[in-house]
Amino acid sequence: MLGGDPLLSGDIDLAVVLIVLLKVVVVFALLLVATMFMIWWERKIIGDLQNRIGPNTAGPFGLFQTFADGVKFFFKEDLLPDRAQRRVFILAPLLTVVPAFLLFCIVPFGGDFANGANGTVELFGHETYLQLADPPVGILFALAMSSVAVYGVMLAGWSSGSKYPLLGSVRASAQMVSYEAALGLSVCAVVLTTGTLSTHGMVVHQAGDGWGSFIPNWNLLAAGIVPFVVFLIASQAELNRPPFDLVEAEQELVGGYHTEYSSIRFALFFVAEFMNSVTMGAIIVTLFLGGPAGPAPWGPGWLWGVGWFLLKLLVFLFVFVWIRGTLPRVRYDQLMDLGWKVLIPISLGWLLVLATFHVARDQHWNGVVVALVGAAIGLTFFGLLRFAIATSKARRLEGVVD
Amino acid sequence: MFGLLVAQNIAFYVIAALIVFGALRVVTCKNLVHAALWLVLVLAGVAGQYILLAAEFVAVTQVLVYLGAIVVLFLFGIMLTRAKTGHDLELDNPTPAKVGAGVIGVLLLGVMGYALWDAWRGQELGDIVVQRTAEVSDSLFSTYLLPFEVISVLLLAALIGAIVLARRD
Repeated sequence: MLGGDPLLSGDIDLAVVLIVLLKVVVVFALLLVATMFMIWWERKIIGDLQNRIGPNTAGPFGLFQTFADGVKFFFKEDLLPDRAQRRVFILAPLLTVVPAFLLFCIVPFGGDFANGANGTVELFGHETYLQLADPPVGILFALAMSSVAVYGVMLAGWSSGSKYPLLGSVRASAQMVSYEAALGLSVCAVVLTTGTLSTHGMVVHQAGDGWGSFIPNWNLLAAGIVPFVVFLIASQAELNRPPFDLVEAEQELVGGYHTEYSSIRFALFFVAEFMNSVTMGAIIVTLFLGGPAGPAPWGPGWLWGVGWFLLKLLVFLFVFVWIRGTLPRVRYDQLMDLGWKVLIPISLGWLLVLATFHVARDQHWNGVVVALVGAAIGLTFFGLLRFAIATSKARRLEGVVD
Repeated sequence: MFGLLVAQNIAFYVIAALIVFGALRVVTCKNLVHAALWLVLVLAGVAGQYILLAAEFVAVTQVLVYLGAIVVLFLFGIMLTRAKTGHDLELDNPTPAKVGAGVIGVLLLGVMGYALWDAWRGQELGDIVVQRTAEVSDSLFSTYLLPFEVISVLLLAALIGAIVLARRD
């Protein structure tokens, strides 16, 4: 039922239940700590990028800044606007935080994948994976959770009973729904390459050696760079991070969907956002960079797995902040154009190319002919798409269509 | 196995009660957004039932499509068109419409209940086996290919219809 984890395949006794509980507690604590340090990391690096110092007072290097902020939020007055829909207003932050937590349970964060090992770890005499759950539908679960996360944003804006939050939440939900398609399509490319939906299966598939037996067999190379780039861009939009943070554009919307929130409820939105950043980085690492897979020269392999995972994750978390610090915010029409007219056609086209090559390899078709025909069809569709977009733009300029 | 079945049955009835309660609230609730939220409860409950039946792929698809896309679009439409802030969204149908809807609902329940009862009469289901996604997609793209494609044409027609209705040139 819970998939490939060998822990749950045999008889389930008290020890197994306790191990699962232990994993839940550890993952929960790790995610909370990671989120706390993500907030610090983001503020510190953005400070460096902008030639400021950033948080430096609370603890060494300002490490406890987030902790201090959290305590402050707890002691602030919890305001409930008069016109708010009380129940929905209280429910909305929870609907944002819960999917953020659930999203992380499919991420494999450690395990021994070196030299053909399949990532199992011995824990109190039971074999298990270093991941909370490994459902057969793995990555679909992640997509489902990120689409459920729209509710929190949407209901927060609506239930506030004021116009700027409503505008912010309408923008946010339109953006998240639009970019989910591109996100899903680039995940499709990965699923096609690895032939499995399970996140653990994906890591195992990427663990072997690739070309020349020193280049890793990562999906970044196996599925092509296109799905990775599309996923990276779409994930930033899905997370509502800059340059796609129109959701909380201060100049236009006061604060966005959480304008009316204060105290711990606001903190929940804030925490969920950073938690989602961490999780999205972890999912990118799992999908495209082999997750915890990596060489283990000496010592326990599972520890190397955790190390590789953290290293790769840290690189992405830095890239996220770097993107934020570098790019200006896009306009709303640019955002929608990018999502619908660029990312979705590209990822769909790439998916078709990958599928064609898989079929061609299975059927032993002539590679050159397949490539030429594929290129011709691709160029035709690209031309048609450009033509359609140009026509609609010309019509809009003429005022035929409003 | 027996203990698992008992637990499964209890979970089934708890979720079923939630679904029925939610469904009743969807039609009795006068606030449009609240009705949509109760609908979310109903659809999530259905996803829960699928998980109990070991159909994980169907459950996740249910969440992705119905919760993640369709109801979100409902809410989106409501917010863009009706949700003027500061106004309560009251809506209600006249009594004849309510009676009609009730009659249709009871008829549908009867027909579908009979169809199910008739189809599975006297059959015993074996052990629940987790349905693998690969099997689902294999049967979808071989045995059920034609219905699958027909449904996609139907969706396309609905899409074009929506654009035609929404665009007043």
